[in-house]
Amino acid sequence: MNYNKEQILAILATIADPEIPVISISEIGMLKDVIISENGYEVILTPTYTGCPAMGIIAEDIITKLKENNISPVTVKTVFDTAWTTDNISKEAKEKMRRYGIAPPLTRSCNNEIFTINVIPCPQCGSFNTVLVSRFGSTACKAMYKCSDCMEPFEYFKCH
Amino acid sequence: MTDKQALVKYCLRLGDNSLVLSYRLSEWCRNAPILEEDLALTNFAFDMIGRTRLLLNYAGETEGEGRTDDDLAYRRGEREFYNNLIVELPNGDFAATIARQLFISAFEFYFFTALQRSTDTTLSEIAAKTLKEVKYHLAHAADWVIRLGDGTEESHNRMQKAVDELWMFTGELFEMDDVDSLLIGLGIAVNLAELKPKWYDKVSRVLSEATLLVPKDGYVQTGSRKGIHTEYLGHILSEMQFLQRAYPDAKW
Ligand SMILES: [Zn+2]
Repeated sequence: MNYNKEQILAILATIADPEIPVISISEIGMLKDVIISENGYEVILTPTYTGCPAMGIIAEDIITKLKENNISPVTVKTVFDTAWTTDNISKEAKEKMRRYGIAPPLTRSCNNEIFTINVIPCPQCGSFNTVLVSRFGSTACKAMYKCSDCMEPFEYFKCH
Repeated sequence: MTDKQALVKYCLRLGDNSLVLSYRLSEWCRNAPILEEDLALTNFAFDMIGRTRLLLNYAGETEGEGRTDDDLAYRRGEREFYNNLIVELPNGDFAATIARQLFISAFEFYFFTALQRSTDTTLSEIAAKTLKEVKYHLAHAADWVIRLGDGTEESHNRMQKAVDELWMFTGELFEMDDVDSLLIGLGIAVNLAELKPKWYDKVSRVLSEATLLVPKDGYVQTGSRKGIHTEYLGHILSEMQFLQRAYPDAKW
């Protein structure tokens, strides 16, 4: 059976980001393209972080998913030509992230974010009365905060 | 030296710096003063391993002899490593680790900003990606230097001692040789002489805010451009490379 590019991208859009399972690799902006040639199918990905440990898992997920649909041979290529930024995350995906309990990145690819103090609203109760606990969290892309109103700790997906 | 050989050596220098510093930072895992700092330093190490893989793979591709990032990390001898001496020094106390991080992150901030304009597109893409990460490293290191320098008498003294002791290793960051001159001519490499005043200005501002004195330039420790290292690199490699040396091509 022959699939076209749009069909393959639609299949791949069902693969979840291993770190934030409510969001797909397509919604987070990592899935760039599929190139179909006589040699097979080449899926183009861009990593969120240079050291992103999830890349290997995502590549395996892609190959497995396409195999289930009898699509092979598949290769996964990582590119950096336009560096990934949190701006690539769609508005809908940001809302899903918030409902999942992770404060989504603020506004634009705030390259200067770290040099200014931003107020990050609590994803649980919406309070602006929050404090930064640690600029680094369980994964490279997140910082740790706590809410002084509902007292819940939460993670913030840093602008990048 | 051909253009290609120069580019390979340049990528090795950059990749070896992030590899060896990543190794040192990961030694803080479960030893940092607080849990948040454990996470921060190991996050830095993670960013650096990512960067290392890109740079060593690119060095291998450019060389064209089929060597991968793993081959280059695990199968080269000490004299074939080109990282700056400062990254291989033992971590010392937390003040020494943080002083080193300030010096290196400030250097990398200006370096990768400039490398984004490299005519080599692979290097300019790696630079754009890396810069986003380095900004966090720099902000974090500067925060700690200020907090410790402008802290208690004990923390102030230890921070000043760390800055003074590491200062003689910072000159090497800006050292250039025939690799640099060849690649600068091609628009590939960064002219390190142009970075030095910016670096000095940034570091001085942080140290002043931390109520610390900026050391006077004096004797400079160098050697790494020629592959000459302190006694510490060999010990790092003996641990890092042990498995691949004892059981070549081992996989699990
Ligand atoms: Zn709350």
